[in-house]
Amino acid sequence: MPVVTPDGFRASDNIAYVSPDALPAGSDLAVDMPNDADPRTLVERFGDIATIRIAFPAFGDGRGFSLARQLRDLGYTGHLRAGGNLISDQYRHARQSGFDDVEIDDALAERQPEEQWIVREQRSYREKLAAR
Amino acid sequence: MYSYDEFDRDYVKNRVAIFRDQVARRVSGALTEDEFKPLRLQNGIYLQLHAYMLRVAIPYGTLNSAQMRQLAMIAEKWDKGYGHFTTRQNIQYNWPKLIDLPDILDALADVEMHAIQTSGNCIRNVTADHFAGAAADEVEDPRPAAELLRQWSTDHPEFAFLPRKFKIAVTGSPNDRAVIKAHDIGLRVLRNDAGEVGYQVIVGGGLGRTPVVGETIREFLPKEHLLAYCEAILRVYNLHGRRDNKYKARIKILVMEEGLESFRNQVEAEFASLLEVHNGPSLIPDPAVVKRIEDAFAPPRFEDLPESDAAYEARLAEDEEFARWCATNLTAHRQPGYAIASISLKPVGAAPGDASADQMRVVADLAERYSFDELRVSHEQNLILPHVAKRDLPAVYDALSEAELATANIGLIGDIIACPGLDYCALATARSIPIAQDIAQHFSDPDYSRLIGDMKIKISGCINSCGHHHVGHIGILGLDRAGRENYQITIGGDHTESLKMGQRLGRGFDAEEVVPAIEQLVQTYFSLRESEAETFLQVVERAGTQPFKDALYPAKEPADAG
Ligand code: HEM
Ligand code: SF4
Repeated sequence: MPVVTPDGFRASDNIAYVSPDALPAGSDLAVDMPNDADPRTLVERFGDIATIRIAFPAFGDGRGFSLARQLRDLGYTGHLRAGGNLISDQYRHARQSGFDDVEIDDALAERQPEEQWIVREQRSYREKLAAR
Repeated sequence: MYSYDEFDRDYVKNRVAIFRDQVARRVSGALTEDEFKPLRLQNGIYLQLHAYMLRVAIPYGTLNSAQMRQLAMIAEKWDKGYGHFTTRQNIQYNWPKLIDLPDILDALADVEMHAIQTSGNCIRNVTADHFAGAAADEVEDPRPAAELLRQWSTDHPEFAFLPRKFKIAVTGSPNDRAVIKAHDIGLRVLRNDAGEVGYQVIVGGGLGRTPVVGETIREFLPKEHLLAYCEAILRVYNLHGRRDNKYKARIKILVMEEGLESFRNQVEAEFASLLEVHNGPSLIPDPAVVKRIEDAFAPPRFEDLPESDAAYEARLAEDEEFARWCATNLTAHRQPGYAIASISLKPVGAAPGDASADQMRVVADLAERYSFDELRVSHEQNLILPHVAKRDLPAVYDALSEAELATANIGLIGDIIACPGLDYCALATARSIPIAQDIAQHFSDPDYSRLIGDMKIKISGCINSCGHHHVGHIGILGLDRAGRENYQITIGGDHTESLKMGQRLGRGFDAEEVVPAIEQLVQTYFSLRESEAETFLQVVERAGTQPFKDALYPAKEPADAG
């Protein structure tokens, strides 16, 4: 399964994800987060989490974008990955919402090859409106 | 009025390039039809009964003559020579070809227009009071807020894939002409006791199959918190709005199911944390950007004129038709010596809201010459010259007459809102335009319609209520009953600040029975009113719906419990 990064596709790392409902002790955790989870329950353990993968069950379901923003707003600075059914046209939304990368399946990677994911450089209105 | 800066120009051009690329990828198969659909919708492109339909945004209903001329050009070059102005301050072209669409979008971008987010499950074109910046009753021009919201909501990364569409409307006046209580978010500019200007925030209103009057979530929101508060509302909605059933996916259902209090608590908590994290960046917008927007809506350089004008008065005295037009189509302007002139797109026999390319050019010329180059589009599907010196009214009227645009029926029974209905719309269950035409024809005598007075008839071709029938003084809803068009009639709806949904009178009517039924309602109103000053709506409020039911469904046929 390829991962789309700002530098293009790369092979997925084999991470063992755990559920946010039953975080084990220890650190360097990778959490697989469904898109109806409450990110506030993780705040205490942010320091122990290296990666959070938020699920996109369908590309039309945009909850993951808000969850990503919430996690960032709550102070999560670790790796943030979108996993599931995003399409290349949503890569900009994912990046601007705080995701580091997007994991897609092989079939989609074939249908929408790397160059279709490279975002056209475009400032967002959020940046324009931001006080400088 | 607002003109694009470097950023806006690049942005809109780039979006066209992206869309061109999306069309190419659809053709190559890189995008499936399912994937392409929301992308084209977010660029204003629907698939309709007979063809694609392009919905172009006229943000907060304001445009200039160059833009109107470009709309005329597009109508001629890529459509059948006309366009349709809608209840959401958009213009729809019903016949463009898919392969022409990127070129049309480019032509729009050339005059600082676009079709971004005029459909799809995202924040839609923000609408505003069509008399903004001109109305005598205004606290402050609502358009700077609307423009700020336009920028904030354009391709907002978090809110491009909401549970359902999301509509925001803003008014700057206590007299609501923007139907803010029937929107997902409604905003009213107001001044608090300390004299500061801010917003009353209304949430969860809507029409459609579940009509709901929006409720106040915040009595007073300081101006600088507009975006943060809207972001908080949208975030709660995006996370918790229902996605299992598209008929229950609007924010009104979430607010109803959670209860206003609980919903408010969630929003306020999100708002507080947004402010904490983002105080400064992004959500309190750059004051320089805000100032540029506010300056763009500074009043035009009005002349110092006396309250009235001798030539205008003379024409009023000698020309009955002109006087009639002035009586119905003019609204008080805040500047002495000026008037707001509404141009009816409802001449007898026309499809409400349709304008030909030639008519668009006439109106553009008049705006350029007599209205500081400004035009408005109203949710009532009419056009407006917002700033006309009374001195110029005779000339304006003559030019409008020549273009068959001087119908004197604003606010009267012929000024009907109607959605496209079965003539165009894939979702329709009945026709609405021909019903509007029949009614307008029947009540075409100007003296008779003046006798009837203030009357809003609103017609939708299905329960989605694009024609606002719920809030019509008389509302007409076209349904399909066993393959036959059937029209349900409601009365007592109110689209203003005292927003109310109309009540159903009883069983529906066949198409050819609608006009007699309306006539019956009018006669009943005449028999009940205590004076000519008492409007139809006031009579319904005073006397209730029963006398109207009795009139429509006499004798043995009991009205069902609507
Ligand atoms: C011709 C193609 C159109 C389609 C397919 C369409 C579709 C819809 C649908 C499905 C709804 C219901 C949404 C809901 O309740 O969740 C709706 C509502 C609405 N539409 Fe349309 N519409 C069309 C044209 C128009 C036009 C021409 C106008 C303006 C005249 C318009 C303005 C509105 C408004 C004001 C609502 C109000 C209901 C609300 O959002 O609460 N639409 N439309
Ligand atoms: S009310 Fe129904 S028929 Fe009319 S435009 Fe909307 S969806 Fe179509």
